Amino acid sequence: MESSATYFSGFSLNDLWFLGEAALRTLWISFLAISIGSLIGIFLGLALSVSRIFSFTLGAILDIFRSVPLIIQLVLFFNFAPIIGLRLNPFEAGLIVLTVYTSAYVANVARGGIEAVGIPMRQAARSLGMNYWQDLRYVVWPIGLRAVFPAWVGVALGVMKDSALVSILGYVELLKASQILMTRTQEAILILSIAGAFYFALSYPISYYATRLEQRWSK
Amino acid sequence: MISISNLYKSYGSLEVLKGIDLNIPKGEVLSVIGSSGSGKSTLLYCINGLEPIQKGQIIVDDIDVHAKETNLNSVRQNMGMVFQQWNSFPHLTVLENVALAPKIVSKLSKSDALEVAEKQLLHVGLGDKLSQYPSALSGGQQQRLAIARALAMEPKCMLFDEATSALDPELVGEVLDTIRLLADEGMTMICVTHEMGFAREVSDRVAFFHEGKIEEINQAEKLFGSPKSKYLQKFLSKVKT
Repeated sequence: MESSATYFSGFSLNDLWFLGEAALRTLWISFLAISIGSLIGIFLGLALSVSRIFSFTLGAILDIFRSVPLIIQLVLFFNFAPIIGLRLNPFEAGLIVLTVYTSAYVANVARGGIEAVGIPMRQAARSLGMNYWQDLRYVVWPIGLRAVFPAWVGVALGVMKDSALVSILGYVELLKASQILMTRTQEAILILSIAGAFYFALSYPISYYATRLEQRWSK
Repeated sequence: MISISNLYKSYGSLEVLKGIDLNIPKGEVLSVIGSSGSGKSTLLYCINGLEPIQKGQIIVDDIDVHAKETNLNSVRQNMGMVFQQWNSFPHLTVLENVALAPKIVSKLSKSDALEVAEKQLLHVGLGDKLSQYPSALSGGQQQRLAIARALAMEPKCMLFDEATSALDPELVGEVLDTIRLLADEGMTMICVTHEMGFAREVSDRVAFFHEGKIEEINQAEKLFGSPKSKYLQKFLSKVKT
């Protein structure tokens, strides 16, 4: 009994701080990957929606990123990047893979949003004299966004959790930090619970805010 | 005002319009009737430049709509179009729906755009719905909203593409009344319609489309009273029943 008490005392307030810092790194890499990936994804989605050739070729490429497990993409990219002369640290490599992965998902969400608006609605906008970009900005964007916003939130929350896989490259985000502490303290349940709570704390505000926004839109 | 000569339009190998010649002077109300697939709606889409054409010419207000150097966006500002599906913008209030194009296309100030929008909404009888969202409106009201939205651009002519076809029967009247109001005000209009009574009463002339051609065109009373083409006779006997 005494020995296990020593293990338990291995987890201190400092370690909580360590986890908190790691949570910020999870937030940071997720934030960057989701914002940059969404921006790229919206343009890819637009490309998918305008031409069949794009939809076929680009769609096939994006499907690769959607169907190969993220962990394989991370390991492959991190190890092959130096061969083509890219010297990337785990954060950079992880961010790039996570961003591409996000954009592949967002592209299809965005295409869905554009298609949800429909050709007749867009013809109505054009018939009022709006040019292509005004139609996109004032009609397609607001209507399409409302249609696929829940799907986008799902992608964003998914990417936030999937960012845990970047730990395999050695980037000390929330999961990696938890693994380090578990090795030292042997307190897996406690530490994983705390890490889980952190993930929840990061995700919940997003889904809460998203629900509020959807409620406001549906009025 | 609108002058169409030798117009051909195909979708792939399907030829929809086969040599249309049509002149619509300022202030005329022309109704276009005919069975489904006869090319009536396609004609309006070509006039508005929403569909490219294969051959011929469409001149609206001295501008060749399909010429390469033509800025379609500015041409369309002179032509209001109302569709079978009203396509109101669901994220904007009734007032904002109408004010959007004046604001971003005509570059009016926000207050001017709202003023124009309110005026047109009063015009079509939606003055009490300004701050509602389209989802709270009936089909007939949404179609009148679409008419107000087109009118807010102060077009020189209006194109109606089966504006009442998607409406419940009891809502058709209010939309036809609004179109009638515009006709009385002297608006140049082309109405593709299935409402024969309306076409007869409101139009100066009526064109009967058959298989991509104008089979017969005449003053409304003459066309309905003494149809010459046997296709038109057949068509009228079917719709009258």
